[in-house]
Amino acid sequence: MKQTNLIALVTPVLIVCFMVGAGYSGLHGGSAAFEHAIYDPGDLKPKDSTLKVEIGDPAPDFTLPAVSGEHVTLSQFEGKKNVVLSFVPAAWTPVCSDQWPGYNIAKGIFDHHDTILVGITVDNIPTLFAWTRRMTPDDSTLWFPVLSDFWPHGAVASRYGILRSDGTSERALFVIDKKGIIRYIDVHNINERPPLETLIRQLEKL
Amino acid sequence: MKTKFFLGLITLVVILCTNTAATAGPTFQLGGELPSFELSVPTDEAHKEYLGLSGNGSFTVSDIKAEVVIIEIFSMYCPHCQREAPKINDLYQLIEENEQLRGKIKLIGVGAGNSDFEVNVFRQTYHVPFPLFADERFAIHKALGELRTPYFIGVKIKNGGHEIFYSKLGGFESPEAFLQSMVDRSGLKREGK
Repeated sequence: MKQTNLIALVTPVLIVCFMVGAGYSGLHGGSAAFEHAIYDPGDLKPKDSTLKVEIGDPAPDFTLPAVSGEHVTLSQFEGKKNVVLSFVPAAWTPVCSDQWPGYNIAKGIFDHHDTILVGITVDNIPTLFAWTRRMTPDDSTLWFPVLSDFWPHGAVASRYGILRSDGTSERALFVIDKKGIIRYIDVHNINERPPLETLIRQLEKL
Repeated sequence: MKTKFFLGLITLVVILCTNTAATAGPTFQLGGELPSFELSVPTDEAHKEYLGLSGNGSFTVSDIKAEVVIIEIFSMYCPHCQREAPKINDLYQLIEENEQLRGKIKLIGVGAGNSDFEVNVFRQTYHVPFPLFADERFAIHKALGELRTPYFIGVKIKNGGHEIFYSKLGGFESPEAFLQSMVDRSGLKREGK
């Protein structure tokens, strides 16, 4: 057997091997809902961007398309609701696939604090549509709007200073009060899910 | 020579591959015991009484006053766990309403990577009547082999220890059928006769 043929044989075996390993892993407590559908990028650099806003700043306004087909403008909530912007790095990745399903059963807590949650990624709408459907127990929709910061690519993430060098965004939370002022920022380690109570404690302060 | 080297390499890759898949699954086997882990004694008196525990501190699965314990590894962040929650509540009710099974089969849930706060959100959302425990730092989850959720483990309590008789990923269609399966697999009915 020629050496090139053997290399050709080893390479796919190696690829299959790593795919099998990734597919079975329940690291991060992965839900069976996403079994065999999650791409695991491994451990990433915890943060890979420089913030362009700080606590006390007016939150930069934006308008983005939502999975529902509407367009959502941040300033439409001014004077009406507090806003939590939840940026997650990318669809179909391990930690992100767990984060919003949890928020989806916490609507009562957000309502209690007169707060709207807004999810944002740099993915396009069809990807977000398919992905968010898998986040609910019955393939329905999430209670909060999910926005696509796909084009111009990552423009909103860039404006807030959380666009990473590979074109994904940080796993970041921004709490914005009814006056449109940023009251809390958590650019979290991308590899970990922010504890829900840390966010809720910030809402209690509003 | 080169051919032998590459054949050896392929063999090595296949062996590594098999091991990779194996280590990502449960770290325990049917007929054996679970890796040792401790849970905090519930502060809720009703839950404490349900598990037959007293005082504070920690306990192990083998300390639970029962003949059979069903453990659900879940997460508040897991859509399938959310979907299964009402059915597991039904399972609990079926056990508690059956005079022959009440007190013999106990349910507990362990929230993989969930804080107390997050476990409470799950408990309140689904009105979970049985004790749930936080595994905030994934310690139990890692010890059990990073299982996907929801995952169900059935153990028989005996002689100060326990024996695993059920281990499976995913929920169940009917609480009645699942309960019957637990009774049959654990041999509970036969021992009770």
